[in-house]
Amino acid sequence: MTAPLLTGTGITKDYGATPALRGVDLSVAEGEIVAVTGPSGCGKSTLLHCLAGILRADHGSVVFRDQNIGMWSEAARSRLRRSEFGVLFQFGQMVPELTAAENVALPLLLAGSGRREAREAALAWLDRFGVADVADQMPGAMSGGQQQRCAVARAMVTRPRVLFADEPTGALDQLNGEQVMQAIVRAVREEGTAVVLVTHEAPVAAYADREIVLRDGAVDPTGLGVGAP
Amino acid sequence: MSTAHVLLGLLAGGPRHGYDLKRAHDERLPQAKPLAYGQVYSTLGRLERDGFVEQSGQEQEGGPERTAYTLTDSGRERLAQWLTEIEPPAPYVTSTLFAKVVVALLAADADRARDYLAAQRSAHMTRLRELTAVKSAPGATVGDVVAADYAIGHLDADLRWLQTTLARVADLQKEVTA
Ligand SMILES: Nc1ncnc2c1ncn2[C@@H]1O[C@H](COP(=O)(O)OP(=O)(O)OP(=O)(O)O)[C@@H](O)[C@H]1O
Ligand SMILES: [Mg+2]
Repeated sequence: MTAPLLTGTGITKDYGATPALRGVDLSVAEGEIVAVTGPSGCGKSTLLHCLAGILRADHGSVVFRDQNIGMWSEAARSRLRRSEFGVLFQFGQMVPELTAAENVALPLLLAGSGRREAREAALAWLDRFGVADVADQMPGAMSGGQQQRCAVARAMVTRPRVLFADEPTGALDQLNGEQVMQAIVRAVREEGTAVVLVTHEAPVAAYADREIVLRDGAVDPTGLGVGAP
Repeated sequence: MSTAHVLLGLLAGGPRHGYDLKRAHDERLPQAKPLAYGQVYSTLGRLERDGFVEQSGQEQEGGPERTAYTLTDSGRERLAQWLTEIEPPAPYVTSTLFAKVVVALLAADADRARDYLAAQRSAHMTRLRELTAVKSAPGATVGDVVAADYAIGHLDADLRWLQTTLARVADLQKEVTA
């Protein structure tokens, strides 16, 4: 087993009086897919946001390649999200005023790539996820499945080392969800990208190498995610 | 599963001998329990007795002598009828998982039931991962994918049930031990 690429240790996070995470440990190795599952409200999205450096944990550390990114400035963490990390949010993905290709090219432009180079890479990634035909359409004119494929392309366009995916198939019907999962897994295996995969669906979690079950903000060793009442 | 009808279906395209039928069965129904030769021949024997198939010649190509079977008109009719018959949705809830939870509560306690549910979940997840790997493999046929999908859907249903039942174990215990 190689040294972990990303390690969260003792992560806690409160929203005001609501404790969302109560000391979670999770580590992900290079190229590994780890599913985070558990019932609604157990803290999955909060954990993903802490690991991706979108939220700062109240206590505990998030170490990426020997660096405690929890201590980094907001600016440094958002640079990380434009290079080494790719994020697929649970809600609200695409910029509605931009075409699919412009959406996918955006992270590269923000990271300083030239326009033509960014557009070419965006088109290649849209093609990889089977949505090259909607490259010049606005998100509003696309189906949910097409938007989600574009969102995955945008999260992968910088060829991140870790992809954070929050319910990547949550809004899709079964067949579409499955095609999107297959496309994600194929791409990350080819790229050697590690994935933190948040889902409450067992068939989606089954794409992962390993599963962590959360219950009330803590890791549930029984895996059931439901407590005795 | 009606092996007899599947064999009739495999013979619909022309005569085949037993070995051929076994191979076609295992190829067309991947992930199904492979058919034993003994079962192929005993089933063919019954189908022949009932007039649904008949022997249509011997074949000997260096190897042992093999009997080819062919579908009769009556076999063709039987097959057509089977394809129009609806399989009745299961009228009874017969699940060892369910029975085990109830018996765990009767014979032991809620912790025993919970331990069982947790262990069962883990076994189901392992199988779900294996099947997901089967259907994601580069060489997977459509048949592999459809077979895996069927099993995945059923495991997922069990997993949902395991989860909701865990939340109800304490109440169920009160009821069964009242
Ligand atoms: N911005 C917020 N402000 C206040 N409370 C929040 C906020 N975000 C989440 N929470 C609370 O924190 C807890 C964990 O929420 P989180 O969104 O991480 O759960 P989740 O496991 O992702 O749920 P779901 O499966 O429904 O997406 C919940 O109790 C939720 O109500
Ligand atoms: Mg969430």
